[in-house]
Amino acid sequence: MRLASALLALCAALFLGSLLSGPASAPAGASLMALVRDDGTPLSVVMREIRLPRALLAVMVGASLGLSGAALQGYLRNPLAEPGLIGISGAAALGAVLAIQTGLSLAFPLALPLSALGMALLAVLLILALAGPRGASITLILAGIAISALAGALTSLVLNLSPNPFATADIVFWMMGSLADRSFAHVWLALPFIALGWLLLARLGRGLDALTLGEDAAQSMGLRLPRLRLTLVVGTAACVGAATAVAGAIGFVGLVVPHLLRPWVGARPSALLWASALGGAAMVLAADIAVREALPGRDLKLGVLMALVGAPLFLHLIYKTRKEMA
Amino acid sequence: MSLMTLHNLTVRRGARAVVADVSLRVEAGECVGLIGPNGAGKTSLLRAALGLLPAEGEASLAALPDAERARAAAWMPQSREIGWPVSVETLVALGRIPYLPRGARLRPEDRAAIDAAIARMELGPYRDRPATQLSGGEQARVLIARALAQDTPLLLADEPTAGLDPSHRISTMQVFAALAAEGRAVLVSLHDLGLAARHCTRLVLLKAGRLIADGPPAQVLTPGNVGAVFGITAYQAETPQGHVFQPMELAR
Repeated sequence: MRLASALLALCAALFLGSLLSGPASAPAGASLMALVRDDGTPLSVVMREIRLPRALLAVMVGASLGLSGAALQGYLRNPLAEPGLIGISGAAALGAVLAIQTGLSLAFPLALPLSALGMALLAVLLILALAGPRGASITLILAGIAISALAGALTSLVLNLSPNPFATADIVFWMMGSLADRSFAHVWLALPFIALGWLLLARLGRGLDALTLGEDAAQSMGLRLPRLRLTLVVGTAACVGAATAVAGAIGFVGLVVPHLLRPWVGARPSALLWASALGGAAMVLAADIAVREALPGRDLKLGVLMALVGAPLFLHLIYKTRKEMA
Repeated sequence: MSLMTLHNLTVRRGARAVVADVSLRVEAGECVGLIGPNGAGKTSLLRAALGLLPAEGEASLAALPDAERARAAAWMPQSREIGWPVSVETLVALGRIPYLPRGARLRPEDRAAIDAAIARMELGPYRDRPATQLSGGEQARVLIARALAQDTPLLLADEPTAGLDPSHRISTMQVFAALAAEGRAVLVSLHDLGLAARHCTRLVLLKAGRLIADGPPAQVLTPGNVGAVFGITAYQAETPQGHVFQPMELAR
């Protein structure tokens, strides 16, 4: 419980920090007043139309990545699993790339996220068909790797054949992942999918706990493995697909956050679910503040910063694990 | 009272029947040892009995709905998986999952079952240690405690004594015998025939998926059966402590 309150407090503080961070500098008090009360000033527009959706998206994206990372690690009993593993984010990225390349993204503002979501949905159907009905984890991994590779190859093909250098630059920047210039339209588009994903993944705690003993023992305790896997795949696809659609590919959150928080929840997979959701939200909020404060005016991409911070963090975890094994 | 019935159970792997036409009943109060050489079909028989493996024929447990079966029989697989460094107490508590309403915390009766299982396997000193940091034999005992916490009339265990030292082999078999004496039943696959002869009330002998013999230890472990199925000779004697079985030589 102490961990829950600490993480909640951290998220709240970072949410506030995110609201107060940006190029339009104004006193904190006036900014928050402008957020609560629409007084028609430009500050009010900035707070309500730019910063609030951005902070909300950071929470939604971060919690989705953390939660699905924890669920996948629990299901596979492998601390190296992450949401990208089942190929949904790769497929969503392909959808976005196609929207940029064909110029569809210029036709109307939500064309890009919609195309990404559509491709994520297609990937889920493919994965479920490939992975088979018996609920084993190994076929799911193989199907995920196949879809990831295919989506990656098709994305490269689009870049390769792109006749338009501006579109290519757009694609490359989009793929770095960012929360800049998002609006409430993005929030409302992603919210139903992300909420559905959270609902599905939050139900998995008991099954994931049972899986600590392996698939055979878990089934003998009444767990229905095929149903658990279906819930996991659909839940992950819904929230990670939607998160990628609105924010681009943001790595490391789903991998590092569950890993960091595992010792704090006694390694219980069920407790790690909510902890990683809060932890992921805090991490993306913090990173999104950092990209605005570290290099203001240079549009540092969120995904780039996350990888820069995440990789050394992960190296530290490897070092710690090695020391424990010795 | 019969706790498990198998009728003409057959498990096929490809065209080969790894369990062929086995019929078996386990009654309350029995500690049944399932013996046979490697590849005789012991594990397949146990898993098919629980419905974890598709099979032909009838298996009373496999026919139950998942949740009901989880309260009728506990299963301890041979592979001793402990996926995360959870504490021993947390791991044993997993055995209560079939009884807990969704999202509920452990109730007093769950706590009592967990405490009893930990006490029975003498795991008190390890209670708060991460289960993954224990030795192989200690982990095996933690997993037996997990199965005991499930508090079912029937316990199925696959090679639970493999890798245990002599004193814990004996104490584990004594726990199983005590469960049987309480009116529960245990069906346990064993490679240690001496342990099986000494502690089981009944033995079931498998060879190449077929049931060769079923009865009290002395009637199953005849020199003819032991030679034909295991290819060994053995020294056997009836003592005041029970049947003694010591493998001696390879049969010529």
